[in-house]
Parts: sequence; C-alpha cells; structure tokens
Amino acid sequence: MNTVVRVSDVVTRFGENLVHDHVSLSVKEGEIYGLMGGSGSGKSTLLREMIMLQKPESGHISVFGHDLQNLSRRQAAWLRQKWGVLFQAGALYSSLTVAENVAITLKEYSGLPASVIDEIVRMKIRMVGLPDHAASLYPAQLSGGMVKRASLARALARDPRLLFLDEPTSGLDPIGAEAFDTLILELRDMLQLTVVMVTHDLDSIWTIVDRLAVLGDRKVIAEGSLQQVLHEQHPVIRKFFYGERGRLRSRHGK
Amino acid sequence: MKGDELQAGIKTLRQEDGLLIRGYGEWRADVLGKLAGEFERKLARLRNEKLSWDISAVSGLDSSGMVLLLHYLDMLEAQGCQVALTGLGQDQRKLREMIEAYAAPAVTATPPRGSRLYSLLVHAGEAVVAAGRDLVSFLSFLGENFSVLLLLLVQPWKMRWGAIVKNIEEAGVRALPIITLTSFLIGVVIAYQGAVQLQKFGANIFVVDMIAISVTRELAPLITAIVVAGRTGSSYTAQIGVMKITQEIDAMRIMGFEPHRFLVLPRVIAVMIALPLMIFFADIIGIVGGMVVANVHLNISWSEFVHRLQNVLEVKHVWIGIAKGPFFAWLIAMVGCFRGFQVSRNTESIGRYTTVSVVNAIFLVIACDALFSVVFTRLGI
Repeated sequence: MNTVVRVSDVVTRFGENLVHDHVSLSVKEGEIYGLMGGSGSGKSTLLREMIMLQKPESGHISVFGHDLQNLSRRQAAWLRQKWGVLFQAGALYSSLTVAENVAITLKEYSGLPASVIDEIVRMKIRMVGLPDHAASLYPAQLSGGMVKRASLARALARDPRLLFLDEPTSGLDPIGAEAFDTLILELRDMLQLTVVMVTHDLDSIWTIVDRLAVLGDRKVIAEGSLQQVLHEQHPVIRKFFYGERGRLRSRHGK
Repeated sequence: MKGDELQAGIKTLRQEDGLLIRGYGEWRADVLGKLAGEFERKLARLRNEKLSWDISAVSGLDSSGMVLLLHYLDMLEAQGCQVALTGLGQDQRKLREMIEAYAAPAVTATPPRGSRLYSLLVHAGEAVVAAGRDLVSFLSFLGENFSVLLLLLVQPWKMRWGAIVKNIEEAGVRALPIITLTSFLIGVVIAYQGAVQLQKFGANIFVVDMIAISVTRELAPLITAIVVAGRTGSSYTAQIGVMKITQEIDAMRIMGFEPHRFLVLPRVIAVMIALPLMIFFADIIGIVGGMVVANVHLNISWSEFVHRLQNVLEVKHVWIGIAKGPFFAWLIAMVGCFRGFQVSRNTESIGRYTTVSVVNAIFLVIACDALFSVVFTRLGI
C-alpha cells in the first residue's frame, strides 16, 4: 500500500512552548487513521501542518509524495483539490446556503455548467445524509449534527482522495456521533478515501479507526493498529485506554 | 500532463447501426469544464438517433465527471435518442450506481408573483414593521437599563467601578492621539477659511472670535463625538456581539450577573465621564491649531491672539460645548451596546450591526446637536 501522508521529524514551537519534538508518522492509502492525544498534545496543530495552514519549524511533511515545504503554486492547487477538510466547528461560510457552500469550489474551479453543478451538489447533500430541503438553509439555521454533515458534503465536493477530519464527532450526541462514524466508514468504502482524523472519541477509535498514532510528551508515543497500541505500557496510553471510560470500552470490544 | 488536457474529449463516428460516441483521454476534474462545452457542441443537436456511447478509453472519471456524463445521457434521451452506455469498468459501474442511488430531484423554486409596485409596497411595509420592532426592543433595552441603574443608585457599592475606570482608559485616554490630530486640523481649517474672507475686509483679528466660538460651542463636541462613535461605539457593538455568539452573555445571566450592570452601565458611564473631558481637551487643541494659522498666515502674534481670546470667548460657550458631551456619550454608548445585544448566532451579523451602530450613533449625535442649537437659541444662550 502506498503512503499518502508522511510526517518525518517535525518540530513545532510556539514561542518557548515546544509542541512537537521530532514527530514522525505515516498514513497509508485507504485507511482511516486516527490522531489521538490529550488536549494540548498538538494533534490539531499537526493536522494544520498537513493541510498547509501552518509551517513546522523543521522536518518534512509530504502528501501524495509532494513535499509541502517546496511546492509550486500549481502543485499546491493540485494538492488542495485532492484533499477535503472538515473543520472542528464546520467553518461553513455563514453568508451562503448549504448548497452554495458545497457548490463554491465547483463553481470556482470546475467550469461545469450550473445545472450539472446543481446535480452534483444535490447528490453530495444526499450522500452525507442531509434531507433535500437542507440545501437552501443557512448555516445558522442548522443543528450541530447537520453543520458537520453539510461541512462534510463541502469537503467531498471535488472528489478528494484524502479527507482530513478535525474532531468530527465532538459536540454530537452519541447517536449522532455513531451515525457520523458509520457515514465516514461508508464514504471511505464508496469513494475509496484515505481518512486522517483527529479525535479523542474512544468509540470512534474502537469502531472505525484502522490505525492510529497517540501523541503525548511532544512525541508519538505509539503508532499502529489499536491492538498494537493497547499493548504499549506508556502511562498516557494506560490512562487513556484503561481509565474509567476506556476500561468500559475495552471490556466490550468492538 | 499538458498533453492529456488536450486529449480529453469525445469523437463521434457514423456507423451502419447508428452513431458511435467514443470518449477518450483522462476526464479529470480540471478538464470537465472544457468537456462540458464539447458535449454541448457535439450532442445538443442530435435528435431521434440510435446512439452507442463507449467510455472504455476514458480514465480518471470521478463523481463530478460521472454526473456530467449522466446529465448529457438524460439530455439525449429527452431529445428522443436511444442511448447505450458501454465500456464501463467495475469502479465506474459502482460509481454510477452510487450516483443514481443518491440523485435527488431538482427543487424548482416557484418564482415570486406580483408586480413591481406590489413588491415595493411589501418591502416598504416590512421595513416599517422592522423599524417599529427595533424601536420597541430599544425601549425595552432602555427600560431594563434604567431599572438596573435605579437599583445601583440605591446600592452604589454594587456598581462596577473598576470596569468604569478601565473603560474610561480605553475609550478616553487611548483616543487622545486621534482627538489631538483631528481637532488640531479642524482649528487649522476654520482659521484658513476665515482668514481668506476676513483679510478682504482687513478684519484679521476677528478670526479669533470665529475660531474660539465655533470650536468650543460646536465643532469640538461634534468632532469628538463622531470620533468616539466610530472608535468606541463600534467596538462596544463588536465586543458584546462576540460575547453573545460565544454565549458569554447567557453564562452571565444564569450566574445572576445582569449584563446591564456588568457590561452596559460601566461602558455608558465611562463614556459619559470621558467625553466631556475629551471635548475640553479638543477645545484647547482646536484653538491652538487656529492660533498657529493666525500667526503664520494673518500675522497675529501669540499674545495678541490670547488677549483677544480672553475678551471674546465667554466661559458659557465652553460650558455649552462640554455640557453636550454626556448627552452625546449616552447616545453613542447606548446604541453601541444595544446593537451588540441584537447580534444573532452568525458571525456575519456582527459586521452588519457594527455598521448599523456607527451609522445610528453619528446620526443621533448630529440630530441631538441640532436640537441643542434650537433650544439654546430659543433660550437666548
């Protein structure tokens, strides 16, 4: 399997505060990869670095074989088309309706006639499980779960091969979170996506994540499948998976 | 890479049993626009034909491309053609099934009925109703504010004095540089305008009267109030609006901290204290500005200017200007806070209400100033 995202020896610092101390990991094609860790462990920062919103102090990140540090404008545009991002709070444009939010990149870049774009948009909106009438609503009129779905539809608008999700299930009720997990799984199989998700939802980790990396102490403490990670003896992992909530989950398994 | 872009498209071949359309090349996302144009050119005029569309030579077909393809297949069928799509790979067949599973019918929006006149009336009516509703909510805001104020007058130790001092620094002290600059320039402008006219009559010295009275009575209060409305009124709207979006206001309410006591009154009182002081400051700077021009342009020496100033500038003019301060301040701060509370859930409304708040505040300040002029003239002050 090909490696889609490779992070090698990344160091990130905010002023005095060292966030990543030589972090390395790799995401393979077709898998759902979880980035885990407590609050402030730099998961979201690492994600931001992968999608070119932030530059690491040193080290390399390559996506689809392109090193993010020296990209031409053309390559950057190509990469941005190949990935979709779901931000934690949705980040839908509040002045546009859901349909316009989904359509905006297609309108801007594809040159397709409006009627075809409309068809694509309606399809994507259904695909993420939103009702048809949601298309004409504004983000302020949506519930939390609908915002996530609408934002996922926008991320999928241009058929990305790689999907970045920043805490996709945070702020959703357990039923909504489970439905969203199932949706991601279905979409992955249907669209042959590679998914990188930042999460600390133990349920998501148990049910949909194929491989994961646990960040802590400014490093990657463990990387691999859940079973491999569970065998690590690092205190952060013990706490995470064998704490009150984790124990409950480990006992029941998948 | 360049070659593929040119090579994506379709070829049409006439055969004995109908027309064969053969797709070729890489139908990637960035060539779809061109492809749509080619479909339109080559397929729009086909009527009642038997077609066979072969896409076995097409690679890189994504869901957008498939939707485009299906869109034109539907169009051809609507034109009475019989179309057979052949050469789909396994992935492409899956893609097609998926798209057909999720295809949603177009929602046809019914166009609004009625003439232009009708819609004009509707808009006018809606605007009036909205303005009425605005007024009612402003009055209820005022009522809440006064009830909290009365409570605080009885129990003054509950007032947030620290917040008032902080707001005075923010709205007053930090605005001094910009007030200095604008009022100095106003003094300069008045002096120049007066100088040209007065020189014609050799009445140079009257420029002092003109500067002293116009600056202290009208210009300094007005300019200072406008600067404060733009600077402080807008920031109050934005601050309170953001607090509303992040639910800080709700949090305060459930903890029993009335937003009026903690947010509104400290701001209103702070501006009411700061603005008169700033007006006095602007008076001085404005007159100095005029003095500089009078000296340079009209050859009125410093001592001559000051001597004349002492004779013509009655203290009442200064007091009138300063007395307007609290009124202007109250309008600016109340409107700023009120509009902040009107911000609703989305971020866009912060921008809208901030604009509205500044426009309202400046209008109200000028209207209030006009009212003062009428009243003072009637009273003969």
